[in-house]
Amino acid sequence: MYTYTDFDEAFVRERVAQFRGQVERRIDGSLTEDEFKPLRLMNGLYLQLHAYMLRVAVPYGTLNPTQMRKLADIADRWDKGYGHFTTRQNIQYNWPKLQDVPDMLEALADVGMHAIQTSGNTIRNVTADHFAGAAADEIEDPRAIAELLRQWSTDHPEFQFLPRKFKIAVTGAAHDRAVTKAHDIGLRMVRNDAGEAGFEVIVGGGLGRTPMVGKVLRNFLPKADLLPYCEAIVSVYNLLGRRDNKYKARIKITVHENGLEKIQELVEDRFATIRAGFSGHDQDLLAKIEAAFAPPAFVTKSIGGYEATRLANPAFRSWTDTNLAEHKANGYAIVSISIKKHGATPGDATSDQMRVMADLAETYGHGELRISHEQNVILPHVHKSDLAKVYAALRQVDLATANIGLASDIIACPGMDYCALATARSIPIAQEIATRFDELEIEHEIGQLKIKISGCINACGHHHVGHIGILGLDRAGVESYQITLGGDGTETTTIGERAGRGFSADEIVPAIERLVTGYLGLRRDADETFLQAYRRLGKQPFKSILYPAQDKANAA
Amino acid sequence: MSVIVTDTGFAPEDFTCGFVALSDIAANDCDYGIDLASDTAPTALVGLTNAAMIRIDFPSFADGRGFTLAAMLRSAGYKGRLRAKGHVLADQYAMARRSGFDEVEIDGALAARQPAEQWKFRADWQNHNYQARLRG
Amino acid sequence: MSRTFIPKVVTANALLEGDAVWLTEADTWTRDIRDAELLTDEAHADLRLLEAQSRKAEIAGAYLVDAKQNSDGPAPTHFREEFRTRGPSNYPHGKQVELS
Repeated sequence: MYTYTDFDEAFVRERVAQFRGQVERRIDGSLTEDEFKPLRLMNGLYLQLHAYMLRVAVPYGTLNPTQMRKLADIADRWDKGYGHFTTRQNIQYNWPKLQDVPDMLEALADVGMHAIQTSGNTIRNVTADHFAGAAADEIEDPRAIAELLRQWSTDHPEFQFLPRKFKIAVTGAAHDRAVTKAHDIGLRMVRNDAGEAGFEVIVGGGLGRTPMVGKVLRNFLPKADLLPYCEAIVSVYNLLGRRDNKYKARIKITVHENGLEKIQELVEDRFATIRAGFSGHDQDLLAKIEAAFAPPAFVTKSIGGYEATRLANPAFRSWTDTNLAEHKANGYAIVSISIKKHGATPGDATSDQMRVMADLAETYGHGELRISHEQNVILPHVHKSDLAKVYAALRQVDLATANIGLASDIIACPGMDYCALATARSIPIAQEIATRFDELEIEHEIGQLKIKISGCINACGHHHVGHIGILGLDRAGVESYQITLGGDGTETTTIGERAGRGFSADEIVPAIERLVTGYLGLRRDADETFLQAYRRLGKQPFKSILYPAQDKANAA
Repeated sequence: MSVIVTDTGFAPEDFTCGFVALSDIAANDCDYGIDLASDTAPTALVGLTNAAMIRIDFPSFADGRGFTLAAMLRSAGYKGRLRAKGHVLADQYAMARRSGFDEVEIDGALAARQPAEQWKFRADWQNHNYQARLRG
Repeated sequence: MSRTFIPKVVTANALLEGDAVWLTEADTWTRDIRDAELLTDEAHADLRLLEAQSRKAEIAGAYLVDAKQNSDGPAPTHFREEFRTRGPSNYPHGKQVELS
């Protein structure tokens, strides 16, 4: 995987020095809070309900063991011994002190990491398929492109004060695990008729207040045109995007209000000029980055007693059934480590757990870790003969929950337990739902089910694309939860439909239970997932389950 | 009293011909500077290539349109003097220079709060520049 | 027609620590809302907010928020403000442990 060049290293060190100066100038009064705020946000520092929060980028979700250990050390030294993995492949620390943040950033720089542009009205951390470089269905590893985009977008002079934030996601696989259609720019690697790899460029997707599925701006963009083309898009958006209303400032609204054709025309026109300014040096750098992402030296060996252990140990078997994905190399598996133990906070890992995962990656995983947008940690390259050892080690630290893709593998934003923007809590709802399904012991029977919870309309918890989405709102001074149904964040992206009136904090968990157990009675057979059943039957039968009394009243 | 910021620090105004709004360019008996608002349409930039001085307004430091307008003027071949005027922060100096501005004009109050050293701290704007590196 | 003014407190986040603080009558910041100054007059509340906002070196983001008088001092009326007096619900962190 990519490691920092001298250039990258010098850049982040310099950036830390700048931020150290900015913190000092805020404290001595040279900078007002209004002026300091965008500067701290550009360096990932928020002011939340109870403390500052530092959001550290895990570019394209990739970490090496040294980096993971450093994240653990930072959690111990400057925070409360844990970190929170987010839906945008970041890790958040919830309790830093302002004066400590430059030191935390310095510690990150020691291992080639940063918190740059994890917030603010700028191009955010570029995300990618968390199975990149390992998935069986991949055209190319998208991380080289994501790294190139990271370099291009970092400190881009034109794009630090955009109308609103700007998110880019990349996938190299047919199956979209990066939610590319819900990003400002989504890049899907495709091949043209000549067999060359390039991109389908999707623009104007996004969740939030006005959820929209991205639209194809270009069917095929040659790889060599990627940076000038992206620059053209963001440049057009910077001038055209609305600045009078922050709810209408994202590019999805710019595209919606101006029409795709108009945007296409402007982008192509701008692209022609900008393209001329690129001499090809970016492609030389890309070639080096691609070499850095060359696959590890996979070994060919017997899978040992893997199958026998599976047969002998039902708990291990269950874990392998849910937490493994198909790897492109023979004898290997992709391991998803669930950071969703029933009743725990989704996405929170303690420093001890981080160290164990780092050790496992080092010993059994070719030195690679990934953070998924579903708030889990991935060991992308584990040989099947090592799975039993990996499982045993994970069990020791409560990381062996066999629930990937199931009802308790819930995405939840921090909600009003931490976030200053939240309108209701998310975490306790996620905890209660997971605990309840664990008690009922039916989540394996339910099968694939994506429940996603956001604590406000901004939709960090991706509720719009959950098979079941839950949105926490403040209704007249009381927490209230609205359910959406039928959302999908993959290549068949669909925005969920609102089911009906909201539920109180006491009603929401029973409502979800009713909905899911009701689905078991509606499905055609055990293979029909919740989403498939919803698509076949439509909203009505699910609505009747959610609002039984109301349904009777209507019938009467 | 306005202060003009360049890589060498603070200096008084030395552009003596005055400025007119884009819509008022008519009797060009002097090489007026042209004032551009931050919401100037890109199409209005056509034909400004020979201006002696262009000054782009920053009504707020959060309004980043001026950076793109500057970059567009430069890529269209504008070689004259280019100034960012208004609420620009010392921390944005490098962005301004990299986008194609030569200098920044700030008012006395901002200059008092953010003295010359804070601006000169970013006079090294040519270093650590990813975009220049990628363009080659 | 004059509407009834709902009593308020001035609250903010401490600049260095980032946690919730409230303005007291003695012009200090307290981490315990019960020690805050309860503002029952609108004009006085607006003035206190302006005074608080000018103390840039101590706090960030000062605002007025509804509060009520309890037997042991001012208390929040909205759940968000209640959380700010306590801390998160998923861990024993923040004021719920620091104040006791």
